[in-house]
Amino acid sequence: MATGIKDKVAILGMGCSKFGERWDAGSPELMKESFEEALADAGIQRNQIEAAWFGCWGDGINVGNSSIPAAMALRLEGIPVSRVENMCATGTEALRGAAYAVASGAVDIALAIGSEKLKDTGFGGLPPPFKGTFNDLWLPMSSAPAGFAQLAPYYRAKYGTSKEDLKRAISHVSWKSHQNGVHSPKAHFQKAVTMETIMNAPMISDPLGLFDCSGVSDGSACAIVTTPQIARALGKTDLVTIKALQLSTSSGRETQTNDWDGSYVATTRNAAARAYKEAGIDDPKTQISLTEVHDCFSITELVTMEDLGLSEDGRAVFDILDGKFDRDGALPCQIDGGLKCFGHPIGASGLRMAYEVYSQLLGRAGQRQLRNPSVGLTHNLGGVPYQGVAAISILGLH
Amino acid sequence: MTELGIARFGAYVPRLRIDRAVIAEAHKWMAPGLRGQAKGSRAFTSWDEDVITMAVEAARDALGAADASGVKAVRLASTSLPYADLLNAAIVSRAIGAPADVASSDAAGSQRAGTSALLQALKGSEPTLVIGSDNPSAKPASIQELSFGAGAAALLVSDVDIVARLVGSATVNDVFVDHFRAAGAETDYLWEERWVREQGYARIVPAAVNAALADAQLAIGDIQHFVMPSYLKGAADAVAKALKFTGSVSSGLEDGVGYAGAAHALLILAATLEAAAPGDHILLIGFGQGADALIFQVTPAIAAAKPARGVSGAMADALATDSYLRLLSFYDGIDAEWGMRSERSGKTALTEQYRSRDQMDSFNAGKCGDCGTVQFPQLQYCVRCHAPSEAFEQLSLRDTPATVLTSTADWLSFHLSPPLWVGFVEFENGARVLMEMVDIGESGIDTGTPLRMVYRIKEKDRQRGYNRYFWKSTPLIAA
Repeated sequence: MATGIKDKVAILGMGCSKFGERWDAGSPELMKESFEEALADAGIQRNQIEAAWFGCWGDGINVGNSSIPAAMALRLEGIPVSRVENMCATGTEALRGAAYAVASGAVDIALAIGSEKLKDTGFGGLPPPFKGTFNDLWLPMSSAPAGFAQLAPYYRAKYGTSKEDLKRAISHVSWKSHQNGVHSPKAHFQKAVTMETIMNAPMISDPLGLFDCSGVSDGSACAIVTTPQIARALGKTDLVTIKALQLSTSSGRETQTNDWDGSYVATTRNAAARAYKEAGIDDPKTQISLTEVHDCFSITELVTMEDLGLSEDGRAVFDILDGKFDRDGALPCQIDGGLKCFGHPIGASGLRMAYEVYSQLLGRAGQRQLRNPSVGLTHNLGGVPYQGVAAISILGLH
Repeated sequence: MTELGIARFGAYVPRLRIDRAVIAEAHKWMAPGLRGQAKGSRAFTSWDEDVITMAVEAARDALGAADASGVKAVRLASTSLPYADLLNAAIVSRAIGAPADVASSDAAGSQRAGTSALLQALKGSEPTLVIGSDNPSAKPASIQELSFGAGAAALLVSDVDIVARLVGSATVNDVFVDHFRAAGAETDYLWEERWVREQGYARIVPAAVNAALADAQLAIGDIQHFVMPSYLKGAADAVAKALKFTGSVSSGLEDGVGYAGAAHALLILAATLEAAAPGDHILLIGFGQGADALIFQVTPAIAAAKPARGVSGAMADALATDSYLRLLSFYDGIDAEWGMRSERSGKTALTEQYRSRDQMDSFNAGKCGDCGTVQFPQLQYCVRCHAPSEAFEQLSLRDTPATVLTSTADWLSFHLSPPLWVGFVEFENGARVLMEMVDIGESGIDTGTPLRMVYRIKEKDRQRGYNRYFWKSTPLIAA
């Protein structure tokens, strides 16, 4: 009988590079930045790491395939290093590999590092990914915003939401993240933006305008994990442990049958149900202190609030406009600015979310610090709403 | 020998239209005289349409509810076939679901290719689908840029339900070079119009017509409909007059279509059949290095043989555009800056394409034998009950009624006709497919908009010159 990984793995140290348009740094330099911070935080030497997981999405524009680039960049000598890729959920996938290695007892100390260099393409936005020789034959080559924009018409139809109300709510999502980004020194965007600017921005994929889309950034984030016992033996007193780490991948039901009504993300709901069970959470609205969710597009954050059970179905528009997820609301979301403002270097994002939750739980979040948070949730979504990978981690004080 | 005749007919005209005045306006700095000839509108193909895609649509219109299983041969006539060495007609045959033993061939090289292919089929011995499909290109600011159009017509030659019987025919072979286009050249080189009218049409066509009348044992006075295509304005009327023809000269479809090359004779014939009465005689002429003359008599079966859309339906289903640069871009006349996203490789894995041919060519979904779920694409196991797909029943989604479930206009992705409209299509049989949506007008589309499927170019591999085709969805009625 599986017992899950709740409290079997503690975070020994974390690091996060400055996110943004890092014209000064390639992926190896970005990795070095987050790695050194994590090593110092953990208080260990490089040679104490026994295994590593490297998360990176776009090999075509980045460091190339395999784990070798990470092993070379960080001089991870003689240990097993794996490269993982699971679209935008890659960062959480790397953490999952390292956490499972520790939980299984295979190693004492493991590293998870995610890194992405997106600004070596020569243009704004994400490079169009290769979808496979078979999918190339039939699947439209639409962009990520086009994929997420599909949520809008069905959400509106299902709940009778007007175009104007939905636009105002998703604009508030971005407005709130920009407010938060101001206090986030490592964030890509640290500037507040008015609702008017957001609502009148050029259209990218109806109803998503420019400010409904997250930043395309360079960056790296990393975690060093071990068991709570070893962490204490190494002198750690305040411990953040992993309460749950769950993943859900589409098998085609949303895209190929009429089971899915287009108004939610099924993988998020599956992963959340399992994560809450693993963490022993039965009332997420009251038991979670803060969330870092995958706001690749503002509308994603809106439906995610319902998918995570933090809003009732059909109520997220109102909860958002009521400020429930603002920094001073009942359940702050994207306190570091989220993908929208902190930035979205794909392979790093899941670990960046964990970094913010970890910092908040340990009271290290500076001007962003929330009062006495005890449990935080990260939600990392790869692909598109109807065909993707949802990864959820729940971190809490031990 | 069994008598063959035209049993079904259909047509396709690209939805995109442009007023000729818009074209003339763009050129007035260098050719102000064009304005005088810029009357009405012409059709032009979208970036993802070509002779093959238009041929498929015309064939589907002709076949209607009947499937293509009885077709023994497909003959595709055109002067702008996309491939020099890759059987264009074979691609069309696959897309319309013709049987594996169908004889396919391309007929090319002349404006007369359409009528010659039709005559050959009528003189043959097996059910043949004759398709004329053409998309002649012309230099910017040429008269031909105004007069040319695009379109396709398909005629099923069969021994069952004949609506028009061939009662006489003749051919004249004469290398009269009114124009030519060298292999590999983009546009025509044309000789003086007056010479073409006086020494070409006026001499060669009557010779063929008189021979055909003699073959049919008819006189010109027995003919009710005169069908003669020409890229020269008024050429048909002049020849009809010289022949002392007193019936109806069929419209050359100048307004709304434009001269569609080797397809044009068949397009006018299809339009004429739509309005013809039982007993009427139709004289069909094809001109180019001589002339073909075919005389048909319409049978009572015509009353029951209306195509689903036909020429009149296709002409009415128009999407007016007002940008000359759009036309120019779709005909590769300008090399616009499409951005770095357009650098993505369009290479097709030909091995994969062949393995997936039934799904891609015929848009075959699979119906699970265990739970009945209809699904596209067909993967290894049923999406709902996980039964192995080997036992799936094959159902083409080509003609299945469908509506828009979700849609969005994507301005970010590289697309040669931005925005890229994309969304989920819900089919009546329960299948759901993420598809491109094409020919969307200003008013856009919304959930519930009825759609039909069209065969289009999915991707142009501009580096290697290979077009990959697949099915897209489009509103039932242009809007």
